[in-house]
Amino acid sequence: MLFFLETVISGLMAGVMYSLVALGFVLIFKASGIFNFAQGVFALFAGLALYDFIAEDGWFYDLFGFALPIWLGIIATMGVMIIVAWLVERLVLRHLVNQEPIILFMSTIGLAYFMEGLGDTLFGSDVKPLDIGLPSGAWDYLLDTHNLYIEKLEIVAAGVAAVLVIVLAIFFQKTRIGRALRAVADDHQAALSVGISLRTIWVIVWSVSGFVALVAGIMWGSKSGIQFSLSLIALKALPVLILGGFTSVPGAIIGGLIIGVGEKVAEVYAGPFVGGAIENWFAYMLALAFLLVRPQGLFGEKIIERV
Amino acid sequence: MAYERKIGDTILAVDQISLAFGGVKALSNISFSVREHEIFAIIGPNGAGKSSMLNCINGFYHPQEGTITFKGNTRRQVRPSEAAREGIARTFQNIALFSGMTTLDNIMTGRNTKMNKGIFWQALRYGPAEKEEMEHRAVVEKVIDFLEIEAIRKTAVGTLPYGLQKRVELGRALAAEPDLLLLDEPMAGMNLEEKQDMCRFILDVNDEFGTTIVLIEHDMGVVMDISDRVVVLDYGKKLAEGTPDEVRTNQDVIDAYLGVSHDDDEE
Repeated sequence: MLFFLETVISGLMAGVMYSLVALGFVLIFKASGIFNFAQGVFALFAGLALYDFIAEDGWFYDLFGFALPIWLGIIATMGVMIIVAWLVERLVLRHLVNQEPIILFMSTIGLAYFMEGLGDTLFGSDVKPLDIGLPSGAWDYLLDTHNLYIEKLEIVAAGVAAVLVIVLAIFFQKTRIGRALRAVADDHQAALSVGISLRTIWVIVWSVSGFVALVAGIMWGSKSGIQFSLSLIALKALPVLILGGFTSVPGAIIGGLIIGVGEKVAEVYAGPFVGGAIENWFAYMLALAFLLVRPQGLFGEKIIERV
Repeated sequence: MAYERKIGDTILAVDQISLAFGGVKALSNISFSVREHEIFAIIGPNGAGKSSMLNCINGFYHPQEGTITFKGNTRRQVRPSEAAREGIARTFQNIALFSGMTTLDNIMTGRNTKMNKGIFWQALRYGPAEKEEMEHRAVVEKVIDFLEIEAIRKTAVGTLPYGLQKRVELGRALAAEPDLLLLDEPMAGMNLEEKQDMCRFILDVNDEFGTTIVLIEHDMGVVMDISDRVVVLDYGKKLAEGTPDEVRTNQDVIDAYLGVSHDDDEE
């Protein structure tokens, strides 16, 4: 029983990590109808940039002879992500107004490869251990009293994800800019006619998702170092989104948790019968099954089409 | 109309506007002016350039020649968000609502240009942003009241019948408290009862808020009934301008509507 509990909890925690990446996807999709394939690379890019601002063997240290304190490094990285957002609007999106979603999607695939190459060139391709002083190791209290092994970092990640979701949900549902974001996603022309500036909105939404990418990059980086496989792990966000619904912020979290727990439990209990390695494909199978039953996901906006 | 309205000075002057898409001339040398508090109709056969004209006025299209003067500001090209901020609101021929959002949220977007609290407060929905939200909600409730759509306040507009969607779209435009309201075929596809309702709303808006209205409409009965003045376009050119009676008896207009052939139609 204790072992089962430990499996579930470690699944939950892995799920939170998936959710953090999935959140970035949801934000851009909800606000501009674009599925941003580059979101995982954004997280990687943010992590790399942060590392170079604060580490002794980073770029910044080489140039100026000192490294930034962690809080300043985070702010500087946020600045970098805002510049990236602005450039994406200026160089890519502005030229694709009113185009089909598939064209916008293709452009984000290009963006993903470009950013990956740029990150490699600028920051190098070594695995970088990111340490911003988040607590690590096991949570002693639970280990002593209940003999449960849970990492402190995972608790922090869960807390951060919860706060993010609450803030974002309120922002989207209850504020002018949130409404403007949803309006732009729905109909460009109508949004323009009520005085919403597409350019501003796009820069805002890509900046916000850059911020979420930064948070995801920090969490993943603290856990397993910043490395290029991060952009692959981000693909796990896809089944998460299919489960939770592409347009739902809470859905990204619930979806992430289900996937996380599902694959851990499947690996441990069903793995031995089929020779293991279920963890790698379980999420995708689950998503496929889900698509057949409920294509809009658990919490997605129902697709309304009057004919 | 039983009541007397006060028509003011020119609020919108369109001067020598020409618009072309590649080799296709959508508008050539169009000029007319709309006075404050007036209901002004643009009519003409399909493809006459009526919608293009509206799109020039609110900044969707950028004409190659000519100027548009709104409230004393003269220019050729304007951005849609600027036009909205200066007090131009519009509806669309094919309804352009945010279909996943509720009626209330749709109409709230109309307040967009009037709300200006910073993104920081918005992110937290705290302090000034919350107060602002409440104030604007009050205006929106008035619009909802005015258009008699209280019952569908929380309904996603994508599920509403066509006539009601048109009404919500009008509501979104009204929420901006515009000085100039552009209506692109507000009665297209409506049944008689819905048309009568829409007519009443247009007249009430004009009467109660003094909003200047420029509308495109194919239903001649409606146009002749509610507009003060009419401009007639055909093949991107202006055929006539005047009161409904003047226009009705204009020979060029009669020809255009009865389908006398154009020179360039003949091979």
